[in-house]
Amino acid sequence: MSSIAVAQHENYLNTGLSWWAWLTTLDHKRIGILYTISITLLFCIGGTAAALIRLDLLTPHSELVSLETYNKLFTTHGVIMVWFFLIPSIPATLGNFLVPMMIGARDLAFPRLNLASWYLFVAGALCTIYALLAGGVDTGWTFYAPYSTIFSNSHVFAAAAGVFIAGFSSILTGLNFIVTIHEMRAPGMTWFRLPLFIWSMYATSLILVLATPVLAMTLFLMVIERSFAIGVFDPALGGDPLLFQHLFWFYSHPAVYIMVVPAMGVASEIISCFCRNQVFGYRFMAYAILAIAAFGFLVWGHHMFVSGQSAYAGTVFSLLSFLVAVPSAVKVFNWTATLYRGRISFEAPMLYALGFLGLFTIGGLTGLFLASLGLDVQMHDTYFVVAHFHYIMVGGSVMAFFGGMHFWWPKITGRMYPEGLARFSAVLTFVGFNLTFFPQFIVGYLGMPRRYPEYPPEFQVWNVLSSAGASILVFGYVLPLVYLLWSLRYGARAPANPWQAKGLEWETSSPPPAENFHSTPIVTEDAYAYPATESTHG
Amino acid sequence: MASGVAAIAPQFDDAEQQRSASNLGIWIFLATEVLFFGVLFAAYAITRVRYPEAFAAGSRLTNITLAGINTAVLLTSSLTMALGVHAAKEGARRALVAWLCLTVALGVGFLAIKAVEYRFDYLEHLVPSVDFVYPAPQADQVELFFYLYFLITGVHALHVLIGIGCIAVIAVMASRGAFSASYFTPVDVTGLYWHLVDIIWLFVFPILYLVSRS
Repeated sequence: MSSIAVAQHENYLNTGLSWWAWLTTLDHKRIGILYTISITLLFCIGGTAAALIRLDLLTPHSELVSLETYNKLFTTHGVIMVWFFLIPSIPATLGNFLVPMMIGARDLAFPRLNLASWYLFVAGALCTIYALLAGGVDTGWTFYAPYSTIFSNSHVFAAAAGVFIAGFSSILTGLNFIVTIHEMRAPGMTWFRLPLFIWSMYATSLILVLATPVLAMTLFLMVIERSFAIGVFDPALGGDPLLFQHLFWFYSHPAVYIMVVPAMGVASEIISCFCRNQVFGYRFMAYAILAIAAFGFLVWGHHMFVSGQSAYAGTVFSLLSFLVAVPSAVKVFNWTATLYRGRISFEAPMLYALGFLGLFTIGGLTGLFLASLGLDVQMHDTYFVVAHFHYIMVGGSVMAFFGGMHFWWPKITGRMYPEGLARFSAVLTFVGFNLTFFPQFIVGYLGMPRRYPEYPPEFQVWNVLSSAGASILVFGYVLPLVYLLWSLRYGARAPANPWQAKGLEWETSSPPPAENFHSTPIVTEDAYAYPATESTHG
Repeated sequence: MASGVAAIAPQFDDAEQQRSASNLGIWIFLATEVLFFGVLFAAYAITRVRYPEAFAAGSRLTNITLAGINTAVLLTSSLTMALGVHAAKEGARRALVAWLCLTVALGVGFLAIKAVEYRFDYLEHLVPSVDFVYPAPQADQVELFFYLYFLITGVHALHVLIGIGCIAVIAVMASRGAFSASYFTPVDVTGLYWHLVDIIWLFVFPILYLVSRS
């Protein structure tokens, strides 16, 4: 069967071309693309805020923006990047596209709900963007009470409302994925034949469904308290501001795993493909994903070591936080073992995935510093923390997001991207990222607090290095945007399986037909059944 | 579409898969609801542990008679809903419509009684931040109790309202013959939601109304 011929005929992209057809589509693949466009725009907003922050930090005194504006900039950066880019990044784009494809289904279980969650996402984003245009928010992305409830004069209500609405989009996506993975697997697709990307989507969905309602209600309480000047977070009446932090982190720590677990799934797919090896310890990889999701719910207190929570609570949270390192390490070691004696090739997705592997490892290991009670007292709220979570969220999640976008780009669009440029930008991103964030470990360890626009002059060299790195990172991100768009028109036509990868999504044409498969696939082998070859003995 | 037969959506293989997916979906949704309310209960628990006397004093000011009647009304509505699902299973269309209408009526009754209760609370100056007068010690903490009282019962009432809307739609569909003994998933799913709203009330009632009345 000539899949190329099919690609040029009817597929999900070339039927129903009107705006109306796109905005009312129930096709998970198109909804994935709608999400991709939306979060790319929001990434640009969040990235612009980051660029302005780095520019301002070039000098020890805040010369570019006022102190008030600086507060609004880092809040904008945090709110947009966390809730409107990272949380939906891989699940809502690649996940939407791939979950039904990888399990051999025609669509998600609830296509209407899927479209509704995109509209909720857009409504939430517009609400938050309104808050920014109306004058901004200055609470930090954490919205801590009582500052957010009593003192801040900025547009807390609209920003929080946006996050609240987008939360329902998360919940519905998670619900849809869980039901789909449970109910709609193709014949022969048993649980332990699922690609690890599906396991990662499953674990992520569990977190989305179980953690997001807590955030929604907490923000609701915060906004009510702000509006009526009474509430359980207000110490003046006998309320407890720490309660807000507990509830907030009960969501927001698992939220970190919403961001990074999907990245782990992407990395597993890419690494096994480009070293032609089965993922080492497949079952343990699946268990590790679930373990990370489960432990993630038990460690929120490590964000509050210096908040005044009891030393006993602090000790328990510290110990539990160390526990997360175990499944994380299992994953890193297994990826490494997958590479061992593989026939490795360095296409752009692989470069991104290897970048993910290195950066996630550094981010994870520095997390252990912060999970230690004593060390955290020194490092809490310094740039060490900022560097740590950027290694996880940007070094881990964003690298994997770009890797995944390149890997599945031929499948999604039916076009190949320019390989040379893509490799260049993968390397550029890696270099720019490290130059941006590694100095922040050092300056943070030396004592520079986060969220301040001014710092002692002896810290300037680290800040200049970091800002220089950020300027490289900008090119690392803009370049793919340019050549990927270019490839939509001028890229070579993609064959059904340009990487000779395993997985059901590669068995159908590129781009796939609206119903994904011409006939329902039947699965007869494990995931990643790459043929064992002579070279593995060499 | 033939009356009372499930239209199988294109993504599903058969009616059984579709029914199973809907059921799993609603159970997951109910789990999110539990966590949603969980925040309110956690806030309540922490504040009450800190101010047990104020919560006892506040609880004594609530209107237990109306709330008691309301508990009976809501529990009865769960019974009528369950009987409705049973009628759907039997394919008894008229009985189904009747039970659903009765459930809606009881739900509306619950909200009406709740509204009367709120009015009494207002007349007794128990509405925090609007009109709150409590001429005894720990007034601030009693006010916090009433803040939680209005918040929890308010969010619950909102869920009742949504439930009434859903059941009304289902009732109209049922009267048009949309369901049969082989297809009544929407009735089932709406019933599960209604029971959850009822179960939540079974927690709300004692923690707000019965604190020092044991």
